[in-house]
Amino acid sequence: MIIENESRGSVEPKPESCTIAAGDYLNKLSGEEIEYECRRRIEAGYRELVVSFSKTEIVNSIGISILLGVIDTAANNGARVVFSDVNQDTTDLFEMLGLTKHVTLI
Amino acid sequence: MAEHDHKLIHAFGALAELGHEITNRNNFQETIRTSLHLISGALGIMRGAVARYSRFAHELNVLAVRGLGDDFPLSLSLCSEDERQFLSNGMSPIEISQAKVLPFFQVYDASFERRRLELFLPLVVHGDIVGAIFLGEKATGESYSAYEKEIVCAMGHHIGVAIAQRNLMAEIERRADENRRLFDEMRSTYHDTVKAFAAAIDCKDKYTEGHSVRVGKFSEIIASEIGWGADETEGAAVAGYLHDVGKLTVERKIINAPYRINAKESAELNKHPGVGFEILQPIHHPYTDVPLAAKYHHERLDGLGYPDGLRGGEIPFIAKIVSLADSFDAMTTDRPYKARRPAKDVVDDLQNNAGKQFAPELVTSLLGGMLKELTGEDRSKRFRRLLGRDYMEAEGIVEKLKYTLNEMAPTTPMTYVAAVGSVDQTIL
Repeated sequence: MIIENESRGSVEPKPESCTIAAGDYLNKLSGEEIEYECRRRIEAGYRELVVSFSKTEIVNSIGISILLGVIDTAANNGARVVFSDVNQDTTDLFEMLGLTKHVTLI
Repeated sequence: MAEHDHKLIHAFGALAELGHEITNRNNFQETIRTSLHLISGALGIMRGAVARYSRFAHELNVLAVRGLGDDFPLSLSLCSEDERQFLSNGMSPIEISQAKVLPFFQVYDASFERRRLELFLPLVVHGDIVGAIFLGEKATGESYSAYEKEIVCAMGHHIGVAIAQRNLMAEIERRADENRRLFDEMRSTYHDTVKAFAAAIDCKDKYTEGHSVRVGKFSEIIASEIGWGADETEGAAVAGYLHDVGKLTVERKIINAPYRINAKESAELNKHPGVGFEILQPIHHPYTDVPLAAKYHHERLDGLGYPDGLRGGEIPFIAKIVSLADSFDAMTTDRPYKARRPAKDVVDDLQNNAGKQFAPELVTSLLGGMLKELTGEDRSKRFRRLLGRDYMEAEGIVEKLKYTLNEMAPTTPMTYVAAVGSVDQTIL
């Protein structure tokens, strides 16, 4: 998991958006790293979390649960979650399980 | 492929992972946390918790929680009516919105509603409530379908079994602890009884007061010096304490005779090893050789001992230990007809009789133990307590021990050092 970039708003002193890249297999271990990083960023005041799935081939059930936790935490803190570069199989999975109702896919 | 099939395949994958997680010997808390992840991820459930039921406290204690907030109660009480209903309901999900007739859902109604909890699954294994799963709304916003409830049930079975196994293990550990405690108590009682017996034996012989206890302690020293483990050393001590138990049946006037006893009296006294064996044999000792030590502690390596005139390897090893300890105590304590012998004489006697009366390796172990204490290598003061400081620190005893040990066992590292003469001979 890599923090790819961070951008800061020009007016607000708080940071605005950051991108967190998921690895090739989103399971418990890598998922918890993402969850930790997302929580840390939300607490730091980021308003938008972009999770990049450009390298991700498989997301298992634990990965789904962790992403739901991230979505929930973001919603409770007024932040937005964006999933980027999601492959078709994973998109289908996210749609089937309702994750796409809570995040923006780009 | 239809979406329904996709969901089914995804859920089966989660179920397989759950089975794998539960059969792995992972940390229990972590297993439950992962199980909650798997059930949430299988069906896209936003929040939930898994709790274990304490039938003593009548409480559901939360083991894992996701998305329910820090103020979700960690313990939820059940009344007997709740228990009855959950047991009769068995392992099938209850829709919380339709179960408000039960006290449990009335008490926690506000808490469950605020967190949008929808399903409650009592975990019932072998007719006992072992826990429960709370599940919130799905990410799709749809209600749970019948097949999704089946999946929740199937996964709940796995989690319930994991909790039941854990409870069983905890119960086994608790019982093992209880058994260990009882065993320690029994062991302590056994040792107290043995010491009481030793005291009773010694009471009979006013001239050798404390003899059995000292033989027990010298036997323990010899056993530890030859490298026996804690249990075996303890066994040697017990064998020493009880070696003269047969004297309980010998007339007091023979035991206490302040003169050299005649042949008839001697024959009577010499029965005590056999009688001791008869007394000790029916008792289930934790140390199997205790009766043999009593029977053969007057045997000699050269076959001139009694009662059976056994030779060398025929004599049980424990009896050789007790025999040496017995003779050592006899030589180093005052008797009515004989004063204790000087330490250097005792060392000479042991050396002279090694291979005839005593096992040489045991003699070197006993003398080596004395030397270690005198040179400060061993600070336990075991010998000083039994023999007295003055006796132990007799002039020239350290040199005598080194010389004797060097003669008896010149290849051992300790005596090699002694021979080289590089050891500081300070008497402590």
